[in-house]
Amino acid sequence: MITLSENLLYIAFILYLLSIPFFGGAIKQKRNLDHQQNSSKWSTIGIVISILGFAAQLGFFFTRWSIAGHAPVSNLFEFTTFFGMCLVGAFIIIYFIYKTPLLGLFTMPIALLVIAFASMFPTDISPLIPALQSDWLHIHVTTVALGEAILAVSFGAALIYLVKVIDQTKNSKSTTWLEVVMYGLIATLGFVIVVSAFSFADYKAEFNWVDKNDNEAKVEYHLPALVGPNQGELLTDGKMEPLVSVPGIINAKKLNTVIWSFGAGILLYGLLRLVLRKRIGAALKPFTKNINLDLVDEISYRSVLIGFPVFTLGGLIFAMIWAQIAWTRFWGWDPKEVWALITWLFYAAFLHLRLSKGWHGEKSAWLAVIGFIIIMFNLVAVNLVIAGLHSYAGS
Amino acid sequence: MNQVKCDCGHVNPHGTILCEACGKIIEDGTQITAEPVIDMRYEGSARRSQTYNKSMIDKVWNFFSSVKVGVWLIIVTLIASSLGTILPQEMYIPTIMPVAEYYEDQYGWFGRLYYDLGFHNLYSSWWYLLLIAAIGVSLVICSLDRVVPLYRALKKQRVIRHESFLQRQRIYGITTGSVSDQSYELVKEQLKKKRYNIREDNGNVLAEKGRFSRWGPYVNHVGLIIFLIGSMLRFVPGMYIDEILWVREGETKVIPETDGQYYLKNVDFKLEVYDKETDNEAFGDALDNAGMVAKNYQSDVILYKTKGNTVAGDEPELEEVESSSIRVNQPLKFEKFALYQVNYKLDELFKMSFLLTNKSTGETFGDITINLNDPEKLYELDNDYSVELMSYFPDFEFGEDGNPTTKSRVPNNPAFVFKMYSPEKPEGEVSFVAIQQTIEPLGDNEYKMAFNGIETKDVTGLTVRKDLTLWIIGFGGLIFMIGVVQGAYWNHRRIWIQRKGDEVWVAAHTNKNWFGLKKEIQLVLAGTEIKEPMDQMKENQVDEGEKD
Repeated sequence: MITLSENLLYIAFILYLLSIPFFGGAIKQKRNLDHQQNSSKWSTIGIVISILGFAAQLGFFFTRWSIAGHAPVSNLFEFTTFFGMCLVGAFIIIYFIYKTPLLGLFTMPIALLVIAFASMFPTDISPLIPALQSDWLHIHVTTVALGEAILAVSFGAALIYLVKVIDQTKNSKSTTWLEVVMYGLIATLGFVIVVSAFSFADYKAEFNWVDKNDNEAKVEYHLPALVGPNQGELLTDGKMEPLVSVPGIINAKKLNTVIWSFGAGILLYGLLRLVLRKRIGAALKPFTKNINLDLVDEISYRSVLIGFPVFTLGGLIFAMIWAQIAWTRFWGWDPKEVWALITWLFYAAFLHLRLSKGWHGEKSAWLAVIGFIIIMFNLVAVNLVIAGLHSYAGS
Repeated sequence: MNQVKCDCGHVNPHGTILCEACGKIIEDGTQITAEPVIDMRYEGSARRSQTYNKSMIDKVWNFFSSVKVGVWLIIVTLIASSLGTILPQEMYIPTIMPVAEYYEDQYGWFGRLYYDLGFHNLYSSWWYLLLIAAIGVSLVICSLDRVVPLYRALKKQRVIRHESFLQRQRIYGITTGSVSDQSYELVKEQLKKKRYNIREDNGNVLAEKGRFSRWGPYVNHVGLIIFLIGSMLRFVPGMYIDEILWVREGETKVIPETDGQYYLKNVDFKLEVYDKETDNEAFGDALDNAGMVAKNYQSDVILYKTKGNTVAGDEPELEEVESSSIRVNQPLKFEKFALYQVNYKLDELFKMSFLLTNKSTGETFGDITINLNDPEKLYELDNDYSVELMSYFPDFEFGEDGNPTTKSRVPNNPAFVFKMYSPEKPEGEVSFVAIQQTIEPLGDNEYKMAFNGIETKDVTGLTVRKDLTLWIIGFGGLIFMIGVVQGAYWNHRRIWIQRKGDEVWVAAHTNKNWFGLKKEIQLVLAGTEIKEPMDQMKENQVDEGEKD
C-alpha cells in the first residue's frame, strides 16, 4: 500500500513533467492573438495530462491518508507536496477560466520544483505528536496550502508578465533582478540534483564535533563537507575532509547544504547561459510573444484576490482557532505565526497599492514575485532555520 | 459650506468632482478634463480629505486618510515584525539564567545588541503597539473618508448620464443607424439573465450588479477594528486570566482565580509514547529515526465545586462537578474557564522513609515516612524512640552564607535536620541528612537515619485560562472574512445604454476584472444591431480600480 502510494506520486511527477512540452507546443502553434478562443489540440493534451497527474497525486494523498490514519500534511515533505498539488489544482482552475497554456508552461515547472524539493526531506509516515492530534490539522493546513498555492499562481503569471515586458536588448536593473529570480529557481533545482545524486551514491560521512555549549556530539553529513562543524573530526574513512569549519553557533550541516545548492545553482545557471548565449529571461521571451499583457496582469491580480481570503481564513483565522485549543492562546508570536502575519500584511499592501495607487503591470508583477518569496521563506527558512513551535523534522 | 449645482439640476456637496446624479465634470475639477478616461475612483465624490486642509483636525484627518500612509504603516509593521523572528522572543527562552545574560551567552554580541534594543520583547514594545494603533486609526479614517461620499454617489446616480461621462468611460462605443425595439428587448432580456438590475428612464438603460461588493473593503475594515478593540480588552481587569496550576497525583488543589469556588483533583497523569509493536506499523521507519515520540499527555481529573459558604481557613465542603480527562487539544471547560494540558513532571519525590538505626550494632528501631509536601514535626516510634524534624529543606542548597537553604518549595532535593531521641540519648542527637550526604554537626552520634526508600508521583501542569475577549475577536474575524470575500469575489459592474438621436451609446464600468466585463458585454449584445464598445485603454495602462 505504501509502495502504491509512493508510485502514484512518481506517476504524478512524470505526468506533470510531460505536460510542459505540450503547453510549450501550444504556444508555438498559436497564431492568432485572441486568447479566448480555439484552445489548440496541444494545450488540450497538456491540460488533460495535468489533470491526470493531479488525479494521480490525489490518489497518493488519499492512500497515504488511509495508511497513516491522518491527512498527510504533518511534516515538511507532506506539506510541501500538498502545496505543489494545490498549485497544480489552482492552475487547472485558472486555465479553464482564462484558457492560457502559457500559464502552464510557467506554473507546472514551479510545481515540479516544489514537489522535487519536498522529496529531499524525510518521507517517512510520521505519527502525530499530541499537539497535532486534531481535526484542525487537516482544516488549517490544507486551507493554508490552498491559499498559498493560489497566491503562487499569481507569481507564475507575474513571471510571464516580466519576461514579456522587460526589455532584453539592454542591461538594466529589471533584467538583473529577473535573472536573480531565475537563478533562485535554478538553485532550487541544484539543491534537488545535488542531494539526489549523493543520496543515490549513498554518501555518508560522520563527524565528532563540539557544540556551542561545549558538549561533544556526532553529526552525519550526506553531502561532502565543504564546511565542517566546530572542531569537527571525520570518523568515516575515505570521505572528504572539510575545507573550513565554522563556530559551534552555526549549523554547519545546513550551511554546507546551502553552499552546495547555491554552487550547483551557479554551475547550472552558467551552463545554461553558455548554451543559450543570452539571459534566461531573454531565452524565455519568445514564448510570451503572443500573450496579452493585460490578461496576464489580470490573472496575477485575480489570483491574489482569490487567494488572499483563502490564505486569511487558513493561515490566520483557522490557525488562531486551533492555537487557542492546542496552545491555550490564539496568538503567541511564534515565528511561523509572525511570518503568516507578514505574508498577510504584504498582500494587503499589494492590494492597497494596486487599488488606489494604481500599481499595475510591471510594479504589481514585482510585488507578486516578492510575495512568493515571502511564502517560500515561511515554508523553508522558518521551518529549517528559525526554530519554533512549527518546526517540522527537517534534515 | 457652499454646495455646487450641476447643469442637470442636482445639488452636490462642496468638493464633488463628478456630479453624483449625471456624472458631468463639475467645474472645479478642471485638472481631469483633459484625461481621455476619467478617474472613477470613489465615483468622483467629495471626500473630506480632498476638500479641506486648513485646521489641525483637517491635517490629521488628511494624513491618516491617505492610503499611501496606510501602506507605509503596513510596510513598517511588516519589517518590524520580521525583526522579532531573528532570535527567539523572551517568552520562548529557557529561564535558566537572567535574560540579558542568556542572549549574550547564546548569541554573542549580536544577542546583547538584540536585547539592548528591546527586540527580545518586540511585540509588546511601546513602538510596536503604537504602529498597530496607527494602523487602527488609519483604518477608521480611511474608511469614513470614502464610504460616506461613495454611498451618496452610488445612491444618487441617475440612469441618464452626461455625454462627457459616457465618453470618458474606459469601455465606450457608439452605434449609428437604427436599432430595433426587439434588439432593445433582447438586450434587456440578456442583461436580466446575467442578473443585472435594470433601471430605465425614457428608453435609456442602466444595468448594474454587484454594487454590494463595493462595501466589502469597509466591512472588512470594520471587522479589523472590532478585532483590534477585542485585543485591547485583554488589558481590562477580569477579562483575561492566564495562570499555571501544578497538581500532583492524588492532590486536590483550588483552581486559581475562581474565588475558591472550584477545586481540581489530579487522579492520574499519563504520558504515552508510540510503540512500534502496537501502533500503526506504517510509523515504523519514522519511530526508528526519531526514537521516542509522544502519543498522549493526559490528566485524569475530578472537578469540584465548593458547597455553600466556607469560612476562610475551614476545609471547604466539595461537590463533584465532573470527572474528565484533560489532553492536549482537549481542554476541560467549565463556566468561562478552560484547563489545558501544557506541562508535566514525572516521578517527583513524594515520600521518603528512613530507619532509625544504631550505627554500631546496626539494629533498627522503626521507620518513619515523611510526606515531602506535608512533613510532620514529630515522628513517634515504639519504646520511647522518636524523631523530631527540626528543619526541612525541600530543594536544598548551601546559601551564600554557608548555611543550608531551599531554592523552592518543590521537593527536588530534600534535606532534613533530624533530632533523634532514644533511651540512651533522651536529650537527642542532631543529624543533617541530604541525598548521599550526612553531617553530624554536634560530634559523633550513636544513631543515624538510614535511607529506606522513596515514593514518587507524577505532577501535571495545567494552564488556567479565562478569555472573555474571544467572542469579540472571533466576531471581528468573521466580519473581516465576510467583508474581504464580499470585496474580492464579486465585482461591481455597470452598463449604460443610451439613445442619442439616431445613435445608441454604450459605456461600461467595473471596479475590477475588465476581461470578465468585456466578455459579458459580448454575450449581452449578441444578436442585436448594437456594436460592441471598445476598450479605450491601451495595453499596459490597465484597469484603474477603486476601494482600499
